[in-house]
Order: sequence, then structure tokens, then C-alpha cells
Amino acid sequence: MAQEIYTHQLPNGMTLLADRMPHVRSVAFGFLVPAGAAYDPAGKFGLATLATDLLTRGAGDRDNRQLSDALDNLGVDRGESAGTMNVQLSGATISRNLLPTLAIYSDILRRPRLPESELDAAKALSLQDIQSTEDEPQRKVMLELRKRYYPDPLSRDNRGLADDVNAVTIADIHRHVETYFQPKDVILSIAGDFDWPTLKGEIEKLYGDWKSSPRTPPVIGSHMPSSGHIEKDIEQTQIAIAFPSIPTSDPEAYNVRGAVGVLSQDMSSRLFSNVREKHGLCYSVYASYESHRDRGTIIGYAGAKPELAQETLDRTLAEFRQLKDGISEEELDRVKIGLKSALIMRQESTGGRSSVLSADWYYLGRIRPLDEIQAAVNGLTVNKILGYLERHPMQDFTVVTLGPSGLIVR
Amino acid sequence: MPFHHQTLANGLTILGESNPAALSVAVAFWVKTGSRDEQPAESGVSHFLEHMVFKGTERRNAYTVNRDFSVIGADNNAWTSEENTVFHAVVLPEFLPQLVDVLADIMRPSLRTEDFDTEKKVILDEIVRYEVQPGWASFDLARKNFYGSHPLGNSVLGTSESITALKQTQMLDYFQRRYGASNIVAVATGNFDFAEFSKLVKARCESWPSGITGRGNRTETPGQGGLHMLAKPPEKVSQQYMTLIAPGPAANSELSYAAAVLATAVGDYSGSRMYWALTDPGLADEAGMGMDECDGAGAYCTSFNGDPENAPECFGIVQDLLHEVQRTGLTQAEFEQAKTKILSRELRAGERSSRRMLTVAKDWVYRDMYRTVDDEMKSWDAVTMNDIRAVLDKYPLTNQTVTGYGPLSTIEG
Repeated sequence: MAQEIYTHQLPNGMTLLADRMPHVRSVAFGFLVPAGAAYDPAGKFGLATLATDLLTRGAGDRDNRQLSDALDNLGVDRGESAGTMNVQLSGATISRNLLPTLAIYSDILRRPRLPESELDAAKALSLQDIQSTEDEPQRKVMLELRKRYYPDPLSRDNRGLADDVNAVTIADIHRHVETYFQPKDVILSIAGDFDWPTLKGEIEKLYGDWKSSPRTPPVIGSHMPSSGHIEKDIEQTQIAIAFPSIPTSDPEAYNVRGAVGVLSQDMSSRLFSNVREKHGLCYSVYASYESHRDRGTIIGYAGAKPELAQETLDRTLAEFRQLKDGISEEELDRVKIGLKSALIMRQESTGGRSSVLSADWYYLGRIRPLDEIQAAVNGLTVNKILGYLERHPMQDFTVVTLGPSGLIVR
Repeated sequence: MPFHHQTLANGLTILGESNPAALSVAVAFWVKTGSRDEQPAESGVSHFLEHMVFKGTERRNAYTVNRDFSVIGADNNAWTSEENTVFHAVVLPEFLPQLVDVLADIMRPSLRTEDFDTEKKVILDEIVRYEVQPGWASFDLARKNFYGSHPLGNSVLGTSESITALKQTQMLDYFQRRYGASNIVAVATGNFDFAEFSKLVKARCESWPSGITGRGNRTETPGQGGLHMLAKPPEKVSQQYMTLIAPGPAANSELSYAAAVLATAVGDYSGSRMYWALTDPGLADEAGMGMDECDGAGAYCTSFNGDPENAPECFGIVQDLLHEVQRTGLTQAEFEQAKTKILSRELRAGERSSRRMLTVAKDWVYRDMYRTVDDEMKSWDAVTMNDIRAVLDKYPLTNQTVTGYGPLSTIEG
């Protein structure tokens, strides 16, 4: 498949990545700014999320309302969120509105007003978001799992703690934005219909004179993961599992995707087939792979009625443990075709391509050509995956449950 | 983009819009049936049957069904609503023949007793899964309160009691009633050749019995009205969920475009009246309005959730806001902005085979017509401020049935 991918590094350290799709009339974009919850100081957990909310409540010449109207009038669908490491601002619109949209985003990133009058509203939203976790059992158990599994700051809930959110001042917000919203290591990815020379020129004009200053990356502590149970009178026990893998930058990472695929790629995979289909234990059960720059993790989830929860956990862990005992060629073939199809289908979406660009750059420091990924998927073998499992056995499970009573990890 | 359609002798409709620039092909078997077509004693059977469709046929068992989707890398799933049950998949273009083979095959499921009993447990777990999510539970209750005994108030999942009591013979009966060829549309969008697609479908589906089409009670409903508060202990449900439903235009109504523009201006996730009144100041966690457009009837669904302490104030604000829009309509700027948003979304949705498939199928199922993305955009562009007034006059925002779900037992101060 022909690809038209461009990369351009600004002298101030910001990177522009672009993937041109001549058949579409839309465009998607995303900014990744290393200013996430990991940078929140002690006692102010939730600061990055509040700062991200305030970024779009007025910037440059526009107040809160004018800024929102300007983007809406350009047909931009957008979202902003503070993750653990990065603040992400993304959007999509019709291609002819790209340049005026990027001009508005240069105000948001470089000249946000951060009005004190909006701080209480942002806090109220953060506090309600924290409260709403109680109404979403699956999200709650996943947050509790990450809290117990990861070291600080990877363990943080980016929305913070209620008391900390209340303690944040407007001066904290200004300090956070001044310190961390600077061009070094910012990634802007764009996919869709655009003219490269015009786009590149416009980005240089909008962001070229943005000044960089040193930024200290957060230190990841050491930590011993621990399992746990949260008691709640609820009709469905939530089960969350985590155990170590390797980061996505590791050349072996395709083997992890292969291993997780055998377990949980689709409705023919082992977890769905054996835990749900054969035994009817639960509606939802899956495994997935997630990566930070320095480490990878395999996550498992199942939700089951309290009386079936122990058996669900036992069978799910058994599937993880048994994987090393063998994978059939047929299973491998299905995983390979699934990975390849997903890869190509994602190419149909501007948003999908934009996020692939920034993820590749963030984790690998380069854009992998499609051919390279396809070759890597084609090169997967049963022995390679089993080799990975031998070096990184599926064990040392951290299990966190939410429900009327705890479960035993057998 | 070339569009084709064909009707087989047994009544099955085949539709396709091909786009040579697409990287995939999306296919669906769209069955015009759902919970509104159920008898009271078979509540939840449409959705349960959707699961059973994956459990095997004369040629395949449950495992080989899933395997045969998997070996072609299909991204496949199914969903059931009040009036549609849809089995869909996206694959790379070279796998179209295998995809049609498995999709068409599973539309004639064996419905074996053993599979029925195992899957019943999964359905019961799915019911609990939704019950413990107040966002879902409150909306389900609100629909029931609004529609009353109108079939559109029937629950898609059914209840634990109705599913426990359901017998395989009832499902067989429902299947024979509702899964006739004349009640099914096979649709494809993306990179494919229509002649090939229709040949594949015909070969596998032309022997299916025709069955009956249509459904009872397609009338509009004024709604039950009133305020219905279901109090839940705060340790079970932490936020207050309020849903206001008022009658709106049906899916095939000419006013449905105007209603969607209105709903976007009043209740889009950002930049709408509700956003500025509730979300931006942090009074509610989430707030919005959307259209529930069905066959012969429709509704405006307005909802918000957040801290129970703020809920009475939010409720007052929403009432004032809806009454004001009802009296004075939209401003020109709001109206233009809503249309711009919709046009941008429509254009982007048209660029993905899987999204486009939904629009093409819905246009055909509800309006008996096909429109290109550009036609679709023209219809949105043609909405005028007069149309907004017309939809407000015919379907006032203020004829509400209100449902509360959460810690509060009363909402008015």
C-alpha cells in the first residue's frame, strides 16, 4: 500500500508528523504534550486534569465562549484529556478547515487564558468525574488494579483525589502550564487531506518561535504489586488482573500481541470460547496488552455473578497459565490474519492513522512503515511466541476484585 | 459511487454502495425485528436470539461459526434494538465470499436446546451487567415510563424472570415469525463488486421462506407524562440520573432532519445550550439531548447526571431552557453552528465503510431510498429556521415524561 508520510522536526524540539490520504475530504489531528498527571506535585493530584480543562476555557483573543464557538463553527469534534504521562488534545474536521483550526490550537497551547473565574467549574467537573466512578464498576476495578499494580506515578488516577482537587489554586495551574506546556517533545500528528508544503509552512509560522526550557521527566519509583479486594454490595463481581510483560519498543513485542491474540483477539479466542461460550460463566471476559515507555503489562478482566466469580477467575487464570503448553498453527494463522486486517482497516480512518503516528513516535521515535509491520506479523511463529512465554511466563498475577466477597487466587 | 439494489423472489433485499478507494468491505444482514415485535411472554427473545444466531447451524457449531469469522480476520458483531437486529462484519475485500458464506449461514441457526441453556446463563449475566450501570438502567426505565404499554417501551434485554421462563419453542416460533426473507436486508458498502455480492447472497438465501413483513402498532404516542422518581440507596447509586422524554418525529418523518439540528443546538456534548447551562459551569457531570427515531414514532431524549445535591437546580434550569427554546426557537448563530457540526460529522462518517453501511441501510429500511453522502449533506443543508419552528410546533419539547434514578426521592425544591 502506497504511503505518503512526512516528518518534520522544529528547532525548538516539537515534531510534526503527517500522513496524507488523497481519497478523503476530512482531517484528524492530535497533540501529545508531556504534561500529564505524573507531573502533579504531592498534595495536588488532579492538577494536570484541571489545567487541561482550563486550557480550552479561553485562549488568545477569545474568551471561553468565543473559543468554543470558533471551533464549533469550523465543525471540529474534539477532546482533551490528561493521561498519566501526556496531555492529549485531538480533533477532526473537514480538510478545508484544518489551517484555521491549527491556528486556534496554537492559542490554546501557547496563549491559554486560564481564567480564575472558571476554576470552580473545572473542579466541580473533576469531583463529579471522581464520584461517577462509583457508578461504573468496571472502570472502578481497573483504577483500583492500576493503583495496586504500578509504581508511582504510573499508578495514579489522572483525575486525582477529591481533597487535592479542592486544594489546587489558579497559581498552581499557571505554574503547571508554564513549566510543562513548551515545545520540547511535543508531537503533533495529522492524517487526512492536506497539502504538505503549506501545512509545514503554517506549523513553522504558528509554533516556530515557541521557546523551550528544560523539563525534568518524572521519576518512576519502585513498588511491589499487591492483590486486593474492595467490598461492595453489587450484583456482579468485577475481576481485574495484571502481570508483567515487555514494552512495545522491545523487538519481541509482536510476540506479546500474538500471545494476547490467541487468548483474546475475537470470539474464537480462548478466553471467550472457553470461559464464556463453553461454560456460560459470564458475558464479558478479555485480555489486553498495554505499554508505557519502560514496561509492558498484560491486563485481564471478567465480570461475573458473585456465585460464579471464583470459577470465572480460576478458569481465566488457567487460560493464562496454560498458554505456554502449546499454541496450534491454526490459532496462530487466525491471530496473524486478524492483526493484519485490523492494521489495514485502521488505515481507512483519519483518526486511527493520526493516533498511530503519534504512538509510533512516542514509543519508538520513528514511524514504522506498513510493510515493516506486515512483515513482522507474517514472521510470527508458534515457536517465537512460546519462546517469549518461556522468558516471560504468564505468572505473578495481581488480582483486584470488587464485589460482595473476595476471591482466592489458586 | 455506484449504488445497486435487487429483491429476490422470496422478498430478501440486497443493497450495495461500492467505493473502489475503500480498503475494506462492510456487510450486514439487517433483520427488521426487535423487542417491539415481541409478545409479553417472550420479552427479551430478540436479543437472546441474536446470541443464539452465533451458536451454530446445520453446517457449523458455535466454535466453527466464530472460527470462520476469525480465519478471514473479520471484525464482526451484532446488536439488537427495539426494532432492528443487525449482524455485521468488516473484512478485507478478498474475503467477501467467505464472509457472505458464514453470515448467510448463521441467519438460519439450529437453536439447539443445549446451546440455548448455556447461552441463557450468559444473557442473565448481561442483564445484571447493565443493571449495575445506572446510566443504562435509568435510560431503560425512562423509556418504559414514557412509552407505557406502547411496544416501543419493551425492554431489549428482557428481565431475569422473562429470560429464565423463556422456552426454546418460543424462540423457534419467534424466529419463524420474524426472520423471513422478506424481513431481511443484506447490505454491503466499501470495496466490492455488486454483481458478485448479489450472486453470493442469492446462492445462499434464495431458498429461505418469505415469511411476513411489517409489525403491529406503528402509531405515535403522546407518552405517559408525569414525574417518576425511583430512589436508590446512595451506596448503590452515587449520582442522580434524570431523563426527560418528549414525543418527536419518527425516523421516516420529513421533520427528522430539523429535529436533529434542534437536538444538536440544544444538547450536543459541547457548545450547546445545555452544555453552557449545565456542563460548562460544572453543575452536571454530563448533559445532553438526542433523538430516538423509530418506525412510526420518535422522541426527544434529554438527560443529565451528576452530584445529587445539584440535581434540583439542574432540573429547574433544564425546564426553563426547554420552555424558552419552545417559545423562541433557536438563534440564527446556534442554528448555523448545529448544521456545521452535523455536516462535518456526516462527511467524516461517510469515509468509513462500516459507518457508511449503517446510513445506507437505515435510509433504505426507514425511507425506502438511497442517497449518496453528498445528497445526505444537501438534505441537512436544506433545513431552514422555519423547519425548526415547524418541528417545535408539531412536537413541543415540553410534553415530557420525567424519570429520576438515584439517591433522590423528590426533585422539586
